[in-house]
Amino acid sequence: MIGKGILKGMAVTARNFVGSYFEKDRLITVQYPEERSPLPENYRNFPFLIYDDSDPHAGMRCVACKICEKECPPQCIYIVKSDDKKPDYMGKPQFYPKIFDIDISVCMSCQICVEVCPFEAIKMDKDFELSKRERFDSLLFRKEQLSKSNDYYHKIHPLEAAGVDKNLADAAAAAEAKKKAAAEAAAKAAAGAPASPSPA
Amino acid sequence: MASRLQGELLEVSMGPQHPSTHGVFRMNVALDGEIVRKLKPVFGYLHRNHEKIGENTSYLGSMPSTDRLDYFCSMTNNWAYALSVEKLAAIEVPERAEYLRVILAELTRLQNHASLLGFLLSDMGAWGTPLMYAFREREKILDLFESLSGSRMMCDYMRFGGCRVDASDEWLAQAKKIVVRFPKFLDEFEDLILGNEIVIGRTQNVGKISAELAINAGITGPMLRACGVNYDIRKVDGYGFYPRFKFRIPLGDHGDTYDRLMMRALEIRESVDILKQAFAQIAPGPIVNPKVKVRAFRPPVGEAYGRIEGPKGELGIYLISDGTPNPYRYRVRPPSFINLTLLEDMCLGHTVADVMVILGSVDIVMGEVDR
Repeated sequence: MIGKGILKGMAVTARNFVGSYFEKDRLITVQYPEERSPLPENYRNFPFLIYDDSDPHAGMRCVACKICEKECPPQCIYIVKSDDKKPDYMGKPQFYPKIFDIDISVCMSCQICVEVCPFEAIKMDKDFELSKRERFDSLLFRKEQLSKSNDYYHKIHPLEAAGVDKNLADAAAAAEAKKKAAAEAAAKAAAGAPASPSPA
Repeated sequence: MASRLQGELLEVSMGPQHPSTHGVFRMNVALDGEIVRKLKPVFGYLHRNHEKIGENTSYLGSMPSTDRLDYFCSMTNNWAYALSVEKLAAIEVPERAEYLRVILAELTRLQNHASLLGFLLSDMGAWGTPLMYAFREREKILDLFESLSGSRMMCDYMRFGGCRVDASDEWLAQAKKIVVRFPKFLDEFEDLILGNEIVIGRTQNVGKISAELAINAGITGPMLRACGVNYDIRKVDGYGFYPRFKFRIPLGDHGDTYDRLMMRALEIRESVDILKQAFAQIAPGPIVNPKVKVRAFRPPVGEAYGRIEGPKGELGIYLISDGTPNPYRYRVRPPSFINLTLLEDMCLGHTVADVMVILGSVDIVMGEVDR
């Protein structure tokens, strides 16, 4: 019978229309600014810089090694290394970025900077409400804008941040143990040297 | 006067800003009344220099760019690129990563074909409704991609020798739930469109191509199989873990638009079968080969062509390495571009309204056609 297929299709449309009032599966949109669907843990948007504790300068993990600048596919990172050094989280004196700019109008959120960073200093943010009235300067994020605390990182990526903190703590503990072992060995050598019979 | 105009053709430029051209694509058609007598496709409005950029960046740096080729199926694009680099540098991929790749590629196929069915109906004049139903299902799969890779469409998920993030058990359970429920959507969708007399009238015997012509033109994917040619790279090459799965290749008979439409609907069901087997077989393990360096990756001198069965056809990436961190030559064989070359042969003798339907059934994405 001609028209049977059309009637069948109409029945599907009716089922979906009525169903959208009762089944959550059929109505999946949310009224955005008031309602928000939660972002998944792995969501990524643009990179930001992490600092430990409360001072963005003293706690800055970035040591201006420029690996991310080199590896960034669209070349949106610009770094200038500092002239002086400051201690990092293990107390070792390191350089820090005097200038660290990310042009987020160029950034393509590929996360390669995060993968290549050996210092866990750059991570992906989740802030997506970034519309601006001006195209150039306001989309060029400076170091001050990019620096965010480790607490913020824990808030947006809880599982990942816990893993990173553990790795850093392990590395610091290993470095500490190595230092201690070296000091002990040095002390032993110092103690052992006079005891050994001197030639002649 | 009127007799002098007899037989003259009217040239019309369809596009590039036509909503049914699926992007910025122009067709210069010569019309005799409503009938198409000549058709010249004009490409290149979305050219972004993809290959040259790939030659000027590191091997890893091209991975996020491949997402932007066919932005509906970034996972399969990633896989094609990863596969050719793995061939070039002889990299082994761990078992779990291979399973994850199969799962993600088949999920990509589900959402690509579902949205294609919606778009095709939209081209036929069924504005909105089928497309919205298809996009509702697609959104569930994109949510899976987002919770795994961090982005809905620009996944950038695969790496040489594995994948970037491991899938948690919750993720796999969620994906399984969506896959098991997918045929329910398909049953409903088939009720909506496939028996519809208007759809049948608009698609059957429209845009026919013969198997011989399709093979000679290098057509691949569902378009080739709609002509009855049994050629699927998942079976022919058996890349990844596809030989471990049992699935059938649906074949068409007439090579018309209706067959191409049906091919997508049938392939989704086979993909659901593959996915169910993959969920049953996947076991915990490492997801990335630890021998592959992230930075300063230099494959040995040589060349490699890696190809996969993308949702649109054979997606191949050809690489020549001269031992430096950048490829010497980087070439993409895009399925939708090559499938589009038969557009004139399919459209001649049909009306203007059919041209849109035929173009929709080719399944093109301009990001991949123009690169």
